[in-house]
Amino acid sequence: LSRIGDELYLEPTESGLSLRAVNSSRSAFASFLFAPLFFQLYEPGGRQPSRELVRCKVLMKSFLGVFRSLPSLEKTVGKCLILLKPRANRLVVQLHCKYGVTKTHNLAFQECELLQAVFDTQGCASSLCAPARVLSEAVVHFPQTLAEVTLGAGPGGKISLRNYVEDEAAPSKTMVTELRLAEDEFQTVAVTPGSRITFCLKEFRGLLTFAEASNLPLTIHYDAPGRPVVFTLEDTVLEVHLVLATLSDPESELQPPTANGASHLPAPSDDFADDLESYMIAMETSTYDDGPSGVPPSPTFPLRTPRPAESDPEEEEEEEEEGAVPGTPPHKKFRSLFFGSVLTPGGASPAPTQEVLAEDSDGEN
Amino acid sequence: MPLSAQPAGSAEPYVLAASLDNARHLSSLLRAVHFQDHATCFATANGLRVTVEDAKCIQANAFIQAEIFQEYTVQEESVTFRINLSVLLDCLTIFGTSSLPGTSTALRMCYRGYGYPLMLLLEEGGVVTVCKINTQEPDELLDFDFCSTKVVNKIILQSEGLREAFAELDMTSEVLQITMSPDKPYFRLSTFGNAGSAHLDYPRDSDLMEAFHCNQTQTNRYKISLLKPSTKALALSCKVSIRTDAQGFLSLQYMIRNEDGQICFVEYYCCPDENITEAEL
Repeated sequence: LSRIGDELYLEPTESGLSLRAVNSSRSAFASFLFAPLFFQLYEPGGRQPSRELVRCKVLMKSFLGVFRSLPSLEKTVGKCLILLKPRANRLVVQLHCKYGVTKTHNLAFQECELLQAVFDTQGCASSLCAPARVLSEAVVHFPQTLAEVTLGAGPGGKISLRNYVEDEAAPSKTMVTELRLAEDEFQTVAVTPGSRITFCLKEFRGLLTFAEASNLPLTIHYDAPGRPVVFTLEDTVLEVHLVLATLSDPESELQPPTANGASHLPAPSDDFADDLESYMIAMETSTYDDGPSGVPPSPTFPLRTPRPAESDPEEEEEEEEEGAVPGTPPHKKFRSLFFGSVLTPGGASPAPTQEVLAEDSDGEN
Repeated sequence: MPLSAQPAGSAEPYVLAASLDNARHLSSLLRAVHFQDHATCFATANGLRVTVEDAKCIQANAFIQAEIFQEYTVQEESVTFRINLSVLLDCLTIFGTSSLPGTSTALRMCYRGYGYPLMLLLEEGGVVTVCKINTQEPDELLDFDFCSTKVVNKIILQSEGLREAFAELDMTSEVLQITMSPDKPYFRLSTFGNAGSAHLDYPRDSDLMEAFHCNQTQTNRYKISLLKPSTKALALSCKVSIRTDAQGFLSLQYMIRNEDGQICFVEYYCCPDENITEAEL
């Protein structure tokens, strides 16, 4: 998760503890859901099950600092206890180690909105499933600095991986690497012939490392270029999703609509086009926006619950990211993921319980 | 190969002359107190003491007893001089720092007295290097007046348990808070950094605890930047004794076993940052 974002979102639910991250350009989202069985003890509501479940986010760096040295952790730590103390504003991670030594970390957290990417694996036209090892071994052929890779289903059922090259680059100066995998290397193949998607390699590698270590098969669901690609890992106690935006096909570029664009963001750099407001909603409350502009909720559009993304053709439209956007990748025509926001009943944004690190200087609309 | 640094018939004897078959016995100990460029060397018949200080708050001493040396003579009651420790260490490790089995650097150290440089003769594999390091006026050293009768709390721990903790201390915290108490949490190291606070608790019945003599609950804070260098001494040692007195002064004594199984000591004394007598979370 640290390969994706700087913040770790923790969401205790009835079905388990979900850890999530999103990158700054909202083009990558990952969630790890640990079922209650994964834990020796799992009490989402604490001692009072009727209490409202708190979700929070902590700085990735702070959280990782607790688990600094993996080899020594394996040798010395017997038990790990994670407690959320909303009144003390602390996320407590306690490691019970050898010799009776106890390490207690009290991390500051911030309450936050639900972070959820809208995606539907059922609605995807193509899917592949392979042992993680197959994909790791394929990906190792590409240089570490490579930004994007294209996954394609060629004629004859061969699956190919190819590094993505900018069109503008001189063809004679670039090296193209293409790898073809036979269908029988995969556990299941259900692809649309000729389909192709391009996505960011960095986040994908992060997931592959985990998948290999946990020895789980990786399932890839994808659709048309521009639609997000979903990578899934599953076993009895863990469910992992990585959703990456894909590069859209230049041929099917459409005009950005102005239907919902009535209220323009007053922000100087348009991270997200106006049409995005119809389905991209601010994650956080106003005290902690990321990105220079933030995305305040549009007054013309009511916030709504996430819904499957395949229906409305208007939502298929292109979103052009002009200008520099922090995160990966800045200059491509990546689609942002569809995010929905589920507000707690009442709609009032929760008052920040943490000291504000960086007040949002952009005024609300 | 015997290195005779005192030519026959020389009228001026050396006030300090010492020989060591393995210079590493000296260099590793000196590294454990090397957090400032300069050190004060103090030689008596009992042995050599090298002291490093910083900010008038912290003092580290490395003791190398006379028995460690193959030859050790001190002509005066005590010999004191100030020297550049970085240069001294560079010279002692002039043949490299990697410890290949079977090879060791032999050392002969000679000092003529006040105003004279410290002369080092180092030999490895037939190659001899002569170093002369200028000495300076010794500074007045801090006297922490820390004696065993004034000790309020004392713990002896196996270093193994503390090593990782010290290496992973949250350096964004300005202080390291040490709590010692006859009641829970017994022995606690706390930091207060950017991410939040972290506490490391050692119970009194832990296998790591060799001795636990705490009479009073004491919580003291020390500047973490001053104590961090002690991690080197901790890494070399097998046991550490942690003692505090009524003022909250901290004494850390590290028992170090060298390659030949001989025991040497390094100690660190540190002033508390603020005096907090109640236990604080």
